[in-house]
Amino acid sequence: MRRILFWIVAILLLVGLQTQLSGWIGAYYYKIVILTGINIILAVSLNLINGITGQFSIGHAGFYAIGAYASASLVTYGESSIRGIVSFLPRIGQDTVLLLAGIVVAAITAGIAGLAVGIPSLRLRGDYLAIVTLGFGEIIRVVILNVDAIGGARGFSSIPVLSDFFLFWVFLFVLVTVSVIRNLVNSSYGRAFVSIRDDEIAAEAMGVDTTRFKVLSFVISSMFAGIGGSLFGHYTAYLNPNSFTFITSFYLIIMIVIGGLGSIQGSIVGAVLITVVLELFRSLSEFRLVGFSILLVLVMLYRPQGLMGAGEMFRTKRKAAVAKS
Amino acid sequence: MGILDIKNCTKRFGGLVAVRNLNMSLLPGSLYGLIGPNGAGKTTVFNLITGVYAPDEGSIELDGKAIQNKKPCSIASLGMSRTFQNIRLFKSMTVLQNVKLARHMRRKQSLFDAVARTRSLGEEEREIEQDAMALLKIFNLDGRANELASSLPYGAQRRLEIVRALATHPKVLLLDEPAAGMNPQEALELMHLIRSVRDRFQLTVLLVEHNMKVVMGICENIQVIDYGETIALGTPREIQDDPKVIEAYLGGA
Repeated sequence: MRRILFWIVAILLLVGLQTQLSGWIGAYYYKIVILTGINIILAVSLNLINGITGQFSIGHAGFYAIGAYASASLVTYGESSIRGIVSFLPRIGQDTVLLLAGIVVAAITAGIAGLAVGIPSLRLRGDYLAIVTLGFGEIIRVVILNVDAIGGARGFSSIPVLSDFFLFWVFLFVLVTVSVIRNLVNSSYGRAFVSIRDDEIAAEAMGVDTTRFKVLSFVISSMFAGIGGSLFGHYTAYLNPNSFTFITSFYLIIMIVIGGLGSIQGSIVGAVLITVVLELFRSLSEFRLVGFSILLVLVMLYRPQGLMGAGEMFRTKRKAAVAKS
Repeated sequence: MGILDIKNCTKRFGGLVAVRNLNMSLLPGSLYGLIGPNGAGKTTVFNLITGVYAPDEGSIELDGKAIQNKKPCSIASLGMSRTFQNIRLFKSMTVLQNVKLARHMRRKQSLFDAVARTRSLGEEEREIEQDAMALLKIFNLDGRANELASSLPYGAQRRLEIVRALATHPKVLLLDEPAAGMNPQEALELMHLIRSVRDRFQLTVLLVEHNMKVVMGICENIQVIDYGETIALGTPREIQDDPKVIEAYLGGA
């Protein structure tokens, strides 16, 4: 009951913000807020595999790209047929169906890609995932560059704009992502993920099928990256392969490391911080990477557990209360 | 016909035969000791039983089911649990969470339950928590349930490993050198603990141990291996007087 109330209030608040925010802060800051939301989805999902399950993926941009292009292809090439199926709905209803269909297809496609990458590379212990995901991210980008139907190097333009309410949609999915991953962490599944991070041999001896759960974590993480990609494509209505380079994956890793590996709140803080700083120093272009490297070194020196540490604030207290009762 | 039967098991690493033609049979409810000098193959036997290695020849049966080619996690779900020589607790988890994790393979919750936090998930999580706390209470660790596992003193970490292993509801409990690094007083307490665990949970315990006092003090049957082969088998008294065992430990004339 309290949960239903939470979602109603959240949706009302988002609708309210949607109508007011761009008036208050102007189009430029409005765009940054939306990009921050997308980066929160990406960072929190990357944190599931890198922080919580303790594997090291450095190709999150690949799944982001798959989601973006899968969704954009669907709404561009499938627009008329989907509108035909739901022609009984008013225009805005049709748009919403298209938008959500894009998101669902993006999640499924990215999830399948995650399964294909995860099964061979996660069966082994060690850094294989890092190597494979690094290669995978580049392969995806090169494939996109060479497929003319989705724009190739020119970029994918003419994606239909399906909504004026992107603040609403993006932050709705931020809430979905955060609550799904938080719920997962607090269940038996989450304990299995963390046990793999802490000690894979002991986890296996306690009956955790480590391969299966590593792949599960990776697939869920990929799916949310796909959702982030879909939202990005819907919002910008233009996709370019340059948005999905290794540098993008690298920024995402910086976000979760600075925020604190394994902490969901940390990933959110990291995503907001890095997105805003990236925007503030836009004029420095590539030199920002140098700045981030220095920032990363400083964080590692003075606060190696990240800004928020590995856990969540306000959590241990509640847990303790439960244990006492 | 025991609860754990090893028949004619051989394991080779290249040219080295780590375990040769090993036979072992644990009766239900027994406390069985496996000893041998350094490099005798005790750890290999442990790894064969728990599924880390597959034997080259022979069979291993747990409660009548062949387990020699199964993954460690499936063997665990058939009722085998273990502790580790060098403690392997989940360091970033609390004491309570360590015990809760052991319930993982008996979970009823589906992925959907977990994501949507359904009512049945809440009930199961409460049940898991109560069971875990009850178990911790038996071992006098309930007061530290919310501390990080890595913050416990050494002896308590060893106890927690046993609690975690018990929380999987095993039929057979494998203890890999539980007395390692303990002083005589702690080792004595450990002996009582192992015996009471066996009686209370009606388990079969296989103990690998260097501390002769512990092994001789609590095991009903002892098997001695050296260079991968069984050299003696019997009660503690028989083992102590066996010339082959004395030779293996002290060297032949």
